Amino acid sequence: MSLLEIRNLDAFYGDFQALFGFDFDLEEHETVAAIGANGAGKTTLLRAITGMVAATSEVLSYRGESIQSREAADIVALGVAMVPEGRRLFPSLSVEENLVIGGYSGRPGRWSLERVYELFPALRNRRSVPGTALSGGEQQMTAIGRALMSNPDLILFDELSLGLAPVVVKEIYEVLPVIKAEGTAMVVVEQDINRALEVADRVYCLQEGRLALTGAPGDLTRDRISAAYFGT
Amino acid sequence: MTSRVVHSTRASRIGMSVAAVLILVLLTVPWWGDRATMRLLVEIFYILALAQLWNLLAGYGGLVSVGQQAFIGLGGYLLFILVIFLDIGTIWTVPMAGILGAVISLPIAFIVFRLRGHYFAIGTWVVAEVFLLGFAQVKALGGGSGMSLPIAAIKSIAASRADRDATIYWLALALAVAVIAGIYLLLRSRYGLALTAIRDSEEASRSLGVDNFRAKLMVFILAAFGTSAIGALIYITKIRITPSAAFDINWTVTIIFIVVIGGIGSIEGPIVGTLIFFLLREPLAPYGTWYLILLGVTAVAVMLKAPKGLWGLFSERFDIALFPVQRRLLLGTDDKPG
Repeated sequence: MSLLEIRNLDAFYGDFQALFGFDFDLEEHETVAAIGANGAGKTTLLRAITGMVAATSEVLSYRGESIQSREAADIVALGVAMVPEGRRLFPSLSVEENLVIGGYSGRPGRWSLERVYELFPALRNRRSVPGTALSGGEQQMTAIGRALMSNPDLILFDELSLGLAPVVVKEIYEVLPVIKAEGTAMVVVEQDINRALEVADRVYCLQEGRLALTGAPGDLTRDRISAAYFGT
Repeated sequence: MTSRVVHSTRASRIGMSVAAVLILVLLTVPWWGDRATMRLLVEIFYILALAQLWNLLAGYGGLVSVGQQAFIGLGGYLLFILVIFLDIGTIWTVPMAGILGAVISLPIAFIVFRLRGHYFAIGTWVVAEVFLLGFAQVKALGGGSGMSLPIAAIKSIAASRADRDATIYWLALALAVAVIAGIYLLLRSRYGLALTAIRDSEEASRSLGVDNFRAKLMVFILAAFGTSAIGALIYITKIRITPSAAFDINWTVTIIFIVVIGGIGSIEGPIVGTLIFFLLREPLAPYGTWYLILLGVTAVAVMLKAPKGLWGLFSERFDIALFPVQRRLLLGTDDKPG
């Protein structure tokens, strides 16, 4: 049984259809990258999984349990967390409060404030400042820590590297193996193909809301990925 | 270097100490204050409590209701129903009106929560108007003319007039303190954190597992509980009730004015707003229309020059919070936040 199974997924923003009959599988402890150009439907895929966008499908199940039409809060309680594009920290809350609210579902597990501070030592002495007063990299660390605080078995990362300096991106990507080592499955949505291929066990390439290419990074040539990515 | 997370600041500790002394002084007013002073203070207490509850609703829950008069009137009518038809002790009707108001707010929430933004505001106003029209049709409650509290019910509070005034005064003070303390504790809890997160971004809080509907429902029910209880208290002091006065939108207009000029989204804001409202009203109310124009000008000026209210302006400039709900990091032994 797959950790996450999706069959024939259609997703909509009002009248606009963003995903067309999309199929997707994710196994326990696996890391999958979803790549594609702007508007390809990568973020919509994550939002459909977390119940944040209107979607229909033949199958949308997590550990065999249907999550179709489930409330976002229920999906988090099942063990699915998201690190959203643009971080979306709460400006009225301090760094520590942003982390604490991540554990709102009360799901038991390995992650705690102390462990998040061990993973991101830079946050420890910044924990009383508003989240939005941090640098972009620190904000991304806080967003990742906030997701970890819900003790997820699956984390969905949306555009991890967007707007960050290369040295910060490198630092952020270095923690992904640590999170993976805890047995956490990951879906990494990324426009930076090289970064995505480095961490992924398998890749899904989306193009205009449809699956254009899938496979293990070692099995896919640069030309095939470029063709699927750009639609050439 | 050792560190610990604290809620309080030096300013808040001073503020709490001053508040404790003030409460102790206010407790003694029935022994030395005259009747007019006590009546004014009772009014200040219940308006302050109503403003705090509306601030919880709108400033933290994002539920901008213009229909809180529904629960003020409901609490008032519950007082008369419980006293006259069920022979409940007059003072006991205050908590009972709160409980019944909370219960009645549940089906109302399921109707108005289907509405968003300004439609929600209009929806709550419509509910209050429906209450007004509904109670005006009940002949047993005096219809549109209303009714008065029986003398026996008034005398059941206490034997002498002085004792009755003191009992009502202490009840009003207790309600105001309980509302402020309750909201403060709520906002410091994980539910308060969730409410603040919802206020910042509904979608982001949803994606983290916060049940926005449940959190807002809790706030709506709590506000209904407090507002209905205060409604009962208000009509203990007024003795007579009519639908048009009990469900008058001016109740909510006054509350919104207070919260807006004081500062929405903080506990201090409604306190400052209430003080300013009564400081303006007491000397200027005899000027009638000019007084109302001045209130309007004050509100517009504050909204333009200090969108976060007068307390927001002061708090930002001096970084002071008397009722801090945020956690602060205390580093080493020399660091003294606030």
